[in-house]
Amino acid sequence: MKHEFECVIVGSGGAGLYSALETSACAKTAVLSKVYPVRSHTGAAQGGISAALGNREEDKPEWHAFDTVKGGDYLVDQQAAMIMAQDAVQAVYDLENRGLPFSRTTDGKIDQRRFGGHTKAFGKGPVRRACYAADRTGHMILQTLYQQCIKNKVTFFDEFQVVDVILDEKTCKGVIAIELATGQLHTFAAKSVLFATGGFGRIFKITSNAFANTGDGPAVLARKGIPLQDMEFFQFHPTGIKGLGILITEAVRGEGGILRNNAGDRFMEQYAPTLLDLAPRDMVSRAIMTEIAAGRGMRGDKKIDDYVNLDATHLAKGVLEAKLPDITEFCKTYLGIDPNETPIPVLPTAHYAMGGIPTDLDGRVVIDGKGTIIEGLYAAGECACVSVHGANRLGTNSLLDLVVFGRRAGIHIGEYVKHIDFPAIPADAAAEAQRWIDRLTDGKTGPHGGHMAEEMQTVMMENVGIYRNEADMALAVEAIRNLRDRYGDVRVQDFSKPFNTDLLELIELKNMLDLALITAASSLNRQESRGGHSRHDFPDRDDANWLKHTLATLDGNQVNLAYKPVDTSIWKPKPRAY
Amino acid sequence: MKIILKIERFNPETDTESRFQEYTVEVAPTDRLLDALIIIKQFQDGTLGFRKSCAHGVCGSDAMRINGKDRLACKTLVQEVADADGAVVEIKPLGHLPVQRDLIVDQTEFFSKYRSIQPFLINDDPVPEKERRQSPEERMKFDDATNCILCASCYSACPIFDKNKNFLGPAALSQGYRFIADSRDKGFENRLPDLDSPDGVWACQNHFKCTEACPRGIKITKRINQTKKMIQDHRKGKGESINDGATD
Ligand SMILES: Cc1cc2nc3c(=O)[nH]c(=O)nc-3n(C[C@H](O)[C@H](O)[C@H](O)COP(=O)(O)OP(=O)(O)OC[C@H]3O[C@@H](n4cnc5c(N)ncnc54)[C@H](O)[C@@H]3O)c2cc1C
Ligand code: SF4
Ligand code: FES
Repeated sequence: MKHEFECVIVGSGGAGLYSALETSACAKTAVLSKVYPVRSHTGAAQGGISAALGNREEDKPEWHAFDTVKGGDYLVDQQAAMIMAQDAVQAVYDLENRGLPFSRTTDGKIDQRRFGGHTKAFGKGPVRRACYAADRTGHMILQTLYQQCIKNKVTFFDEFQVVDVILDEKTCKGVIAIELATGQLHTFAAKSVLFATGGFGRIFKITSNAFANTGDGPAVLARKGIPLQDMEFFQFHPTGIKGLGILITEAVRGEGGILRNNAGDRFMEQYAPTLLDLAPRDMVSRAIMTEIAAGRGMRGDKKIDDYVNLDATHLAKGVLEAKLPDITEFCKTYLGIDPNETPIPVLPTAHYAMGGIPTDLDGRVVIDGKGTIIEGLYAAGECACVSVHGANRLGTNSLLDLVVFGRRAGIHIGEYVKHIDFPAIPADAAAEAQRWIDRLTDGKTGPHGGHMAEEMQTVMMENVGIYRNEADMALAVEAIRNLRDRYGDVRVQDFSKPFNTDLLELIELKNMLDLALITAASSLNRQESRGGHSRHDFPDRDDANWLKHTLATLDGNQVNLAYKPVDTSIWKPKPRAY
Repeated sequence: MKIILKIERFNPETDTESRFQEYTVEVAPTDRLLDALIIIKQFQDGTLGFRKSCAHGVCGSDAMRINGKDRLACKTLVQEVADADGAVVEIKPLGHLPVQRDLIVDQTEFFSKYRSIQPFLINDDPVPEKERRQSPEERMKFDDATNCILCASCYSACPIFDKNKNFLGPAALSQGYRFIADSRDKGFENRLPDLDSPDGVWACQNHFKCTEACPRGIKITKRINQTKKMIQDHRKGKGESINDGATD
């Protein structure tokens, strides 16, 4: 079936929905999502969205921008960070005005709390900058934006999975999607396409990410030769529930929770004397792994799955119930403990992709260091890389990224589509996607994807995790190449059309294998330690050689690497201590 | 431990009626029931259909009927539904919604009823420069209703649908309350025709099945009763009568 829209938005998390609100006001817009919009993973975000409102204490956008740059270990493009911090204030008020039920101060303002790496006066101590709605801030953002889309009668194609993009050298012309309910392929011709497909934590074994987070947008584009930026920087959040990876928000520490080793010591005193437990995530995750390796994990056996305790038992009565009710319930449901009485066993969990589809400040996809764009192609949210998160994202800055850059992209699209005609689509636009599906469903026997997915996740977790080295990463690259070769033989077990989730998962597996390869290869090549990319064999940051963004292009089983400069026009890079 | 999942299956391409299929899976008592379903899908039978996403009870994808109760597979531990080796756990799709395949139901009607109560803040006053003020007490009045993940467990559990298909249902009504109880909202009158109708709040007969089923702990029945009270007070204030469809 064929459709024609001025704007097609792929993904209905915070980024996709915010853009849709902007574009649908002035352009014929369709939002495609492989899950019902309200099931998007933005709904799982817990702790907050940052903005220097100054409702609890003095705060300034400049401080916020600086923290973002330093938190990102100076790989952040500084003008972009400044714009995000400045736009943040109005963005949060706008969400409130649209109905978002923020938690409130006693005088009725939006309440704010502390979060890792957010400081006053350029590092003088923690500041209350995270605006929140209990511990379901993302849920409220997703709901509020979806509700606004209902109000504004936005057109949704629920449960449509995009599998290909229609692209020539200079222009994007639409997408190809499978309708889950019927198995039918649809062609969407469009003047503009925005990818907002979220993260891809599912390439790792232990993750806070949803099953839907398979990086479809970046993978579809990578296969068309679009480079992906800074893919070696993947954030491991320090506090996932041991074994499960379910996130325990940093807000637990923001409200006063403390990480302790098997001696009961507050070990962050050794690693970040000023910010302690509220140091940036890469540092806290490394501190935990160092404690475990030294035999100071709770079991003390130095094994990679040992853990530490997150202690919230000393918090004032009622704080957990009032400000962190969902976390309290997760602990009760999945661990059978009450965090008021028992510390929470935690271990780092694969959480956030700093890298992704390279864009400019208006969401336009930029394919090189010279600012070359593809007409009509946009990206926003976690799948994009502006870059405001650099080598390590600060907590609460992602939700902010969604609304600030989702909005900016939407506004730009609204203007752009006014001046161009509908593209001519080749008659065989869906042929490539169809061939892929035909191959997977041709009835031949082949291995099932389930085992391969598991192998990939284990390889990535063990070799491209928190601490890395040459040998491990080289091994990962080889292993993923091998899995990609074997993918050529996989076949479905399910031959039905309606809701063939078997087929859809095999398509997602291919996306993950592509991104895993790019991640591993980009990591292997960067010979320094910076933010979330930390190497035993190159333990220091090396600004002389590596203060630059990676651009990785997929070419068969090869990944070609190029680099482009970082915008350091405001603050000179300095050593990063907290 | 080994448990047996007895799953109700239906493929519209090949089946005229649903049938049960049994799978044996090795799980830990503390595993989620969703983990057991994934083991089947990944390693035993790729044709099994069910929805999933967040895997920790916040996205509303995997509501289903487990041993007769409507609940989320990812928020149900094996030990809650299987007490010993060899225990059989029966899994069916949600009720009151058409089955599309296996455990996947069509939620179109559920969402269109949700949309019908205008689930968005209605306030046409000029946009303030900063936030609209709201006290913590005002905010807490509708707090639990904001928890809804639109999973449709309540919709399946509610016995009213057996008699009245047009009932708006627990989720839509509690979302109605979420807005009319919000001190910033001015849309009470806009929503009144839908809420104050024989298919709206008045169809609820206080069975409390929705409240029991809700995985997010929303006091749905109570919120519906509070809405009834607000409507009664409003009508009384204007000297009008409620529209509950009663003929006397
Ligand atoms: C547990 C958790 C807690 C977090 N807490 C915070 C926090 O407190 N503060 C903060 O700032 N950040 C937080 N983050 C990060 C933040 O929530 C995410 O980065 C952000 O929500 C991503 O939003 P998005 O709009 O880019 O994508 P998502 O919300 O993930 O949405 C992706 C969308 O793309 C669609 N999609 C994907 N592939 C396809 C395809 N092939 N075809 C069609 N549609 C597709 C999906 O259906 C979905 O609608 C948290 C993350 C997690 C995992
Ligand atoms: S009210 Fe509860 S049971 Fe009903 S849809 Fe919402 S979360 Fe699910
Ligand atoms: S998978 Fe999200 S609620 Fe169960």
